[in-house]
Amino acid sequence: MDKQAVVSIKDLWAGYEADTVLEDVNFEMYQDDFVGLIGPNGGGKTTLIRVILGLLKPEKGTITVMGQQAARGRKHIGYVSQFQVEDKQFPISVWDVVAMGRLRPNPFHNFRLASHDKEAIETALEETGIADLRERTMNELSGGQRQRVYISRALATEPKILLLDEPTSSVDSQSSNQLYDLLAQLNDHIAILLISHDLTAISSNVKTIGCVNRRLVYEGNKELTPEMIEAGYGCPIDLIAHGVPHRVLPGHQYEDHHD
Amino acid sequence: MIEQLSTIFSYEFMRNALIASFWISLAAGVIGALVVLNRIVSISGGIAHAAYGGVGIAYYFGQDPMIGALLFSTVSALIMGAAQRKSKSGADTLIGVMWSIGMAIGIIFISLTRGYKANLMSYLFGSILAVSGSDLRLMTLVAALVLGFVIFNYRNLLAISYDETFSTVRNLPVTLLYLTMLVLVGLTVVVAMRMVGLILVIALLSIPPAIALYHFKDVRAIMLISVVLSFLFCFFGLVISFQTNIQAGPVIILLASVAFLLSSLVRRLHLSRKS
Repeated sequence: MDKQAVVSIKDLWAGYEADTVLEDVNFEMYQDDFVGLIGPNGGGKTTLIRVILGLLKPEKGTITVMGQQAARGRKHIGYVSQFQVEDKQFPISVWDVVAMGRLRPNPFHNFRLASHDKEAIETALEETGIADLRERTMNELSGGQRQRVYISRALATEPKILLLDEPTSSVDSQSSNQLYDLLAQLNDHIAILLISHDLTAISSNVKTIGCVNRRLVYEGNKELTPEMIEAGYGCPIDLIAHGVPHRVLPGHQYEDHHD
Repeated sequence: MIEQLSTIFSYEFMRNALIASFWISLAAGVIGALVVLNRIVSISGGIAHAAYGGVGIAYYFGQDPMIGALLFSTVSALIMGAAQRKSKSGADTLIGVMWSIGMAIGIIFISLTRGYKANLMSYLFGSILAVSGSDLRLMTLVAALVLGFVIFNYRNLLAISYDETFSTVRNLPVTLLYLTMLVLVGLTVVVAMRMVGLILVIALLSIPPAIALYHFKDVRAIMLISVVLSFLFCFFGLVISFQTNIQAGPVIILLASVAFLLSSLVRRLHLSRKS
């Protein structure tokens, strides 16, 4: 068992100035993984994402992505950000958004995209089934379609890891089911890390689940054990509030929800 | 009508003003679209007013006020830009402070200077009589820099304007692009100051793209339409100003503002008919 972790976090503490948000986080993720992390708002989800993307330096501990420091390894991460409300006003086509995934630090490369870059953009559009939307502008799209554009943009970077931030916010339940089917397909060749405050966002398609609330509780299991809930204090609030604990609590099956 | 126009533009200063309008519109339309899309209208206002400090100091030491304005606008663009990159909320206060400091320094140095200073008003409110040959060369240069920068970095600029975080994760030179963009805003502000003045320049940067944004859904189209609109406002502003003997700057800006109001009215009617 000497497979290399795609994301590896060891004894990590992180936060902003005097305010430590994440304590003693340990986490390993491998090439085949599909990890769902849940946690309440203010529990450090965004901080965790910023650390993994190398946007925030940890106070203590180490974080590596594909064996490199986060700021170097992040080029292997296809980041699927949340759609911001103010993005709606921005006049931009689907194709131009996905093309961002092909940009490189070298400005000469970005001046004229090469034909293989354009092919990669087309492939990424087809993979998420939005090739016919390429000319549309972002503000004409539904929440589910926008989410697919952002996944296409991430895929256009040819990532080893897909990192999704609240993927089902502003997406209706049918689109979110389709989204999970898509992610399950992509998981054939890409590791997926999905982070959300909403327990209902974590579907049966994830292979393993964890809890983040100042501390990260992750044991590489599919089920949320009572011990994890207790250790990840705060998590059960969302769990109960959404009234669907049987999705992930042990001893229950999710089958009856499928159509 | 044509005869009237040829009479108006038979004066050399009017021809200069028309050529100046072209170069200023080119620079202001293109960079103004980025200003509006990046929501940095207030930084641009700060840069414009901070530049007045340079005008005052250069005037006091008997140097060309344009040089002082260029230096002050560039330095203030870099300081405000760096602050904005660090913390958006902290930058807001700094912009307000630098805005006022620039004006204060300018006014103090100008009152310390002895002699005739009536033409200093032209830096605040613009003057078509003030456009000289060297001003025209500077305007051409600034327009060329803006156009070259935006054409070469178009996809990068689109990316950082739309999604800064994603651009950073892709390791694009976000800070460098952002600061260069702000310095070009500063240069554009200074050359446009000759036409419409420091106080009104922000309207010339923001109104044409704001109108274009109502009706077009592509950044390149918005830039092109902004340039055209900006030139039309300047052209008709100059003609009206010549015939009524009212200063050109305020006429240009008022034309732009009326167009903006009409345009948002048209859009509102259009939207309400749709729904």
